[in-house]
Amino acid sequence: MTGAGEGGDAGERARAMVETVYRSESRRVLATLIRLLGDFDLAEEALQDAFTAALERWPVDGPPANPRAWLVSTGRFKAIDALRRRSRFDASLDRIASDLGTAPDPAEVADEDGIADDRLRLVFTCCHPSLPADARVALTLREVCGLTTEEIAAAFLTPPRTVAQRIVRAKAKIRDARIPYQVPSRADLAERLDSVLHVVYLVYNEGYWASSGERLTRSDLAEEAIRLGRLLVECLAEPEAEGLLALMLLNESRRAARASAAGEVVLLEDQDRSLWDRGRIAEGVALVEHALASRRVGPFTLQAAIAAVHSESPAAERTDWAQIAGLYDVLARIEPSPVVELNRAVAVAMRDGPEEGLALVDVLLARGELDDYALAHSARAELCRRLGRRSEARSSYARALELARQEPERRFLERRLAELAG
Amino acid sequence: MKYLCLLYADETQYPKMSKADADQWMTRFASFTDEIKKSGHFLASNRLQPTPAATTVRVRNGKLSATDGPFVETKEQLGGYYLIEARDLNEAIQVAGRIPGALFGSVEVRPVMDM
Repeated sequence: MTGAGEGGDAGERARAMVETVYRSESRRVLATLIRLLGDFDLAEEALQDAFTAALERWPVDGPPANPRAWLVSTGRFKAIDALRRRSRFDASLDRIASDLGTAPDPAEVADEDGIADDRLRLVFTCCHPSLPADARVALTLREVCGLTTEEIAAAFLTPPRTVAQRIVRAKAKIRDARIPYQVPSRADLAERLDSVLHVVYLVYNEGYWASSGERLTRSDLAEEAIRLGRLLVECLAEPEAEGLLALMLLNESRRAARASAAGEVVLLEDQDRSLWDRGRIAEGVALVEHALASRRVGPFTLQAAIAAVHSESPAAERTDWAQIAGLYDVLARIEPSPVVELNRAVAVAMRDGPEEGLALVDVLLARGELDDYALAHSARAELCRRLGRRSEARSSYARALELARQEPERRFLERRLAELAG
Repeated sequence: MKYLCLLYADETQYPKMSKADADQWMTRFASFTDEIKKSGHFLASNRLQPTPAATTVRVRNGKLSATDGPFVETKEQLGGYYLIEARDLNEAIQVAGRIPGALFGSVEVRPVMDM
């Protein structure tokens, strides 16, 4: 915006307010418009039209008392208006416009709880199990978090047109399969929540540790995931949602410590613990304790509990490995996976000695499921190194290096190999 | 971000259209253009004369040559464009989907390079 516009200072202030409101409210307004209009594309168009109208009206009329309610009812009105105009060429739109024409209760539009529910509805719809996993992530980031297609594409190192098509197809699927816009009933909640939590965790992980490429962390994605996690915890009293938020906060608390100034990986045991974010740790630990107290303990809560043990340990050598190994035992029982077993093996190595850990890792590798998993080979290499079995350590580090995609991770493995050379 | 929406259709069909149909398409395009002007998406738009009016120009070794016709012969020809401003590629695709030309031809959406 250039110089003093025709509206003068008041006009400038109103325009600045529209921008502020866009940043803070546009996703909430969109979520409500999707419910009221029953269509993603129509709602997005209505959102755009509502903000365009705000830019015209607010500098003249002054900003409304409740900007969100104003935007929702203006957007809804604009959508009906657009459908009416287009019904000149497509008669079927007139019926849709008439159905929408029945004005909603103004209280319903402005209701705070209703708005929070709308965002939650949107999350559940975007993470619906009948959508492909990559589409759930893209749709959630765009519709709920407000990222652009190009930003999502850059974050996931995917061409924008691929992300765009996933979103187009997912919206078509939602429309054609009539995926309902609602928070699932109690009976379905556990299963549906599981899908939502996994999408959020996938977003977090992409932000925590980019799957390939030069940069180690992409904190904005991690921040988006934490925001989503908070939304879930605020709206649903579900222990696993708390567990996931706790896990993300505890991992995030170490952001400043886990890479050196030169961008090199710093392992947990070597991190400067004074760099850990105590505020996030306190919040994460409180959430874990609350989730554990529910006695409905899920995998995210257990992983958060493990992270909390590390967070509360004043020094690496004082880590309570017995407790961590015990938590991995439970985790391996309720969610068996080779990766969980690998982590359990590492904890056992720390508790009972590298020999015991190595025996478990070798059993796992013999099963073949972790053949292509770089961390399995680097864990084996590390245990061999500690046992003084240098040539075995070298060949396992070399195998890990073949599989590693992340540049800082590769440099770390190269350093270890160089140390073992000769 | 700016996106160029290129409108392709079989131009041999236009002369076969009745006057009433042609008028209706004109009205639809005008109505769409008006709509995206109001919504702030519109930057520029033009309809092109059919490909028999095209001349393809090349300069090779300092010599200019001009040949009749379009650069490549295709089943559907470039007949016009909209240059739009959109928040992202999906918004551009949504706008492109409302271009009346998408109902009988195809619309190619191309992000404009940031310079």
